[in-house]
Amino acid sequence: MSPNFHLWLIPLLPLLGAAINGLFGWRFSRQLVSAVALTFSGAAFALGLWVATQFPSLGTGLYRESSAVWIRAGDFQADFGFYLDQLSLIMLLIVAGVGFLIHIYSVGYMWEEGGFYRFFSYLNLFLFFMLTLILASNYLLMFVGWEGVGLASYLLIGFWFTRDQAASAGKKAFIVNRVGDFGFLIGLFLLIKHFGSLDFETLFASIRLHSPETQGAGLLTSIALLLMLGACGKSAQIPLYVWLPDAMEGPTPVSALIHAATMVTAGVYMIARSHVIYDRAPAAGMMVAILGTLTAFFAATMGMTQTDIKKVLAYSTISQLGYMFLACGVAAYTAGIFHLMTHAFFKGLLFLAAGAVMHATGGEQDMRNMGGLRTKIPWTFWSMTAATVAICGIPPFAGFFSKDEILWQAYASARGSWLYWLFGVITAGMTAFYMFRLWFLTFFGEYRGGRAEAHLPAQPGGRGSGHAGGDDPHRVPSPSHGQGGIHESPKVMLVPMVILAVLSVVGGWVSYHHTFENFLSPVFREGGTDSLVETRPTSTGVESPVEEGGKETLFMTISVGAAAIGIFLAWLLYLRRPAWPDRIAHRMWGLYQTVLHKYYVDELYAALFVKPLINGSTNLLWRGIDQNVIDAGADQSADLTRRLSDSLRHMQSGNLRSYAGWVALGAAAVIGYMVWIGIP
Amino acid sequence: MNGSLAMVPQATDYLRVLPEIVLSIFGMAIMFADPLLKERPPRTLGTLALLGSLLALAATWVQAQYPGFAFWNMVRVDAFSVFFHFLIVAVTAVVILTSFEYMEVEGIRAGEYYGLILLGAVGMSLMSSAVELVLIFLALEISSIATYILAGFRRRAAISSEASLKYFLLGSFATAFFLYGVALMFGATGSTSIQVIGAALSSFEVPALAYAGIALMFVGLAFKVAAAPFHIWTPDVYEGAPAPVVGFMSTAPKAAVFAVLLRLMFEAHAPGRIGLIWVVAALSMTLGNLGALVQNNVKRLLAYSSIAHAGYLLVAFAAVPDSGIPAAMFYAASYAAMNVGAFAVVSHFSNAGERYVKIEDYSGLSSSSPLLAAILTVFLLSLIGIPITGGFIAKFYVFSAALQSNLVGLVILGVLNSAVAAYYYLRVIVVMYMREPRGEVPVSAVPAGMGAAMAVSLAATIYLGVLPGRVLDYAGRAVAEWLH
Repeated sequence: MSPNFHLWLIPLLPLLGAAINGLFGWRFSRQLVSAVALTFSGAAFALGLWVATQFPSLGTGLYRESSAVWIRAGDFQADFGFYLDQLSLIMLLIVAGVGFLIHIYSVGYMWEEGGFYRFFSYLNLFLFFMLTLILASNYLLMFVGWEGVGLASYLLIGFWFTRDQAASAGKKAFIVNRVGDFGFLIGLFLLIKHFGSLDFETLFASIRLHSPETQGAGLLTSIALLLMLGACGKSAQIPLYVWLPDAMEGPTPVSALIHAATMVTAGVYMIARSHVIYDRAPAAGMMVAILGTLTAFFAATMGMTQTDIKKVLAYSTISQLGYMFLACGVAAYTAGIFHLMTHAFFKGLLFLAAGAVMHATGGEQDMRNMGGLRTKIPWTFWSMTAATVAICGIPPFAGFFSKDEILWQAYASARGSWLYWLFGVITAGMTAFYMFRLWFLTFFGEYRGGRAEAHLPAQPGGRGSGHAGGDDPHRVPSPSHGQGGIHESPKVMLVPMVILAVLSVVGGWVSYHHTFENFLSPVFREGGTDSLVETRPTSTGVESPVEEGGKETLFMTISVGAAAIGIFLAWLLYLRRPAWPDRIAHRMWGLYQTVLHKYYVDELYAALFVKPLINGSTNLLWRGIDQNVIDAGADQSADLTRRLSDSLRHMQSGNLRSYAGWVALGAAAVIGYMVWIGIP
Repeated sequence: MNGSLAMVPQATDYLRVLPEIVLSIFGMAIMFADPLLKERPPRTLGTLALLGSLLALAATWVQAQYPGFAFWNMVRVDAFSVFFHFLIVAVTAVVILTSFEYMEVEGIRAGEYYGLILLGAVGMSLMSSAVELVLIFLALEISSIATYILAGFRRRAAISSEASLKYFLLGSFATAFFLYGVALMFGATGSTSIQVIGAALSSFEVPALAYAGIALMFVGLAFKVAAAPFHIWTPDVYEGAPAPVVGFMSTAPKAAVFAVLLRLMFEAHAPGRIGLIWVVAALSMTLGNLGALVQNNVKRLLAYSSIAHAGYLLVAFAAVPDSGIPAAMFYAASYAAMNVGAFAVVSHFSNAGERYVKIEDYSGLSSSSPLLAAILTVFLLSLIGIPITGGFIAKFYVFSAALQSNLVGLVILGVLNSAVAAYYYLRVIVVMYMREPRGEVPVSAVPAGMGAAMAVSLAATIYLGVLPGRVLDYAGRAVAEWLH
């Protein structure tokens, strides 16, 4: 007799909250709006916790329920079905838990903003889709969540729509993700075609009959690569990472929840969920690992030059997601999910703390105008410190365990390589550098706010504050934040931060004696035996063989050492010798500019894809064929007359005849083709 | 084959064209009543038309009880034809609902407007059940002539008359192709019955003449569904024609022509199908989406979008019949739901003289009329193909049917196209939600008829996205019954 978890309720509760606030919120007081939003997101979390306590009673570690048939056509069927195993349980707790905390924080952060009810309605809507994504029992329902979170993210990025950047950032995020979804969808079509199902259990059972495609690329490799494209879009990996930095236009709680802790990890979750495919497609796995490594590395370099506090964190997120990709690529899924969890804690917290800093300084985002905030906002400072140390991988903070696990697997896994490890370690050093740079610039030294020309790394070459100033377009403080002096945030914001700070410290300890690994391992095991791809346990547990253990200790020491060097350099450059960064930038002018401009990737994409598309559309189709151009600038009456005369002129000038000409030409082509194939 | 050999039509023959009869009676009654009614309360004739379309809906149910051939094998009533009858008549009813407000605001009192809609619907319905080429031609002409006139109903706007004239001239040109095709096909096979042609084309070696016949018929039909390269007329005509009429002519006649094309391609075993469809579908998707990217006028944007959607739908034609035909049927239905809905919003918002049809006019609609903005957003999301809307399931089915038939290239092109397409639909959403409202654009309250039309389209769009099972099952059964 298996228990009934009513999993369908978990996503549905936030949806209900979204509907109530969305439809009636404009009549509610702020208190009521927050009460509704918190009740429903809290209820989802509570239900998640209850499910977690009941989970051990399952024994099998597998639970599924099917609410209704969604699509059935021929042999193919997809249900509104939900699926729970160790993997989705962990995701559920992370998403619902961190989601609930950030809901609480948002009440304080957004309190004086316009559109309060709208914000919470979107936020609840996001939770609905995210929970659907992780609890879905088949790829198609997962895709519903997948597109849905994209939609919610789009709405939330563009929340402050009076800023033009916000609206276009939202659009960019949506469209870049569509490119990823293109891969995802085609992957799904291929799965349907060859396996006739998208249901995880049925599908994976039939894929398990295949042996790994070690010789060249076959069907599974193509599917894995297509799914990877989808994951790259959602999780902001090379080549589709460009939307995430821009997404920082959204309110900070949104950045914390969607663009750090949960949504962007959906790609990692999807790859882990599809491990049966990736295990059998070593070439695709390698591709994932390479993309992850490169993304981790390059995003870290970009993070080192940013001056906007949220942009630094955005590149840091991309970089950390790269680590998770790397882990999945070398088939160390447990390590990837472990890092996903600790990252949700410390990166969520980093954003919340950054929001608190902005709250304190009146919407300031440029770190060059901060400094010395340590004593003024101590709670924020200490929370931020916990998160910063955690992300740098200093023991015994959470990030240490997960990052160390990934780096070890990157080397030791059967699919690993010392190159992955090396790049990973260098990235760890850079991570420590830019995070402590942020920490020193924000909290130490003297407060530099209020002074007009206060930019710490002044530009060589007399470019003055033009430096990177373009990256943070909304210097205008958001309304409300900023009256009075620098002040600590209200309790409603501090409490979630403190909870996450505690988790950032202790969250990694669950790996003690492989507890976390053992809990997740049934998911990634192959039919009762070990995983198809051999990975090796770490010595955060004790019982590794002596030789391996020694090697691993050495590796661990090196990566902690790299972090220490990064911290030292940050201290040296930004606290001890604040003039040096300029000099270094001056010395390496070309490199510095390249990195500062994010390797000109945005410009490259614009030149390669966006411009040709728009130009082609404008010149070829619009001017060439469709001549009925309407000038957007002309006012209505003039427009009408002009249109009248235009249309008459076109009629006379043979517009109609040219149209008929096109039809005749097309007809000739069709007839020609058909007769050509028709003649034997 | 009940009654097929008798020289005198039997009662069941008439039952099998009952929806057409009902629509014709109401259409003509409105035409006659129009001059007789001195003081014409604007809604009387409209209400009569609505009643007629609802009765025709009931007649479709009656018709469905009598499957079989009628009138010497010229008409075939089966689940397939009933599906399209239902779709066309339902669209007609919704469009009549959306027209009430438009006619009042525009001050158009002509009753023949409603008469023409009903008579057009007669032709369209007949197209979906006709299985004889000459009858198909007649039905096509009935439907086309009605839409030519309807396109010119904004009499005070020159652009509308221009649209009507262009549509008429080019449309006749295209119909001529179709007619030539019928003649050549008759020459090649000695028959105009689709069934006989199908038997002929599958039994002995296919003469080149038949290829030419198919090509010519295809050109005529592709023009009517606005498939590239025969789409040129679409933006101009859609821009000029009254908004409710565009909602009508972008869905119902298209569905009817797709029904004819399905019969022609699959029942008549049209040779050279895959190559032809491949190219036309690829062109339609690509040109439609590229063209839409730079439009500033919502009606033109939706015109290009309808070209692209014709392309997506045609992808299903290249697939194997068992999965391709149901996919095409489902796509036609869900496109009808979302597009009629979108045009209902556009028509309500455009105001007298269709003054507000530019994208910028929609600025801040979410704050001036949140409900209207939300409704339009659902339709646009469905047009993009976002899950839990009909548009997603429709695309999903078409592409997965195509992939099962190994049309990998076409699928990649299609999915890529739908990724590009997100951009221009999204522009409208961005403007509605992320721009400050413009003071000068008035948003009036939605009247009951329009509200009902929007509600029906919205419900259909979401129903097809959330519970597509019944419709898909029906389409699947229709194909099984038809082909096996």
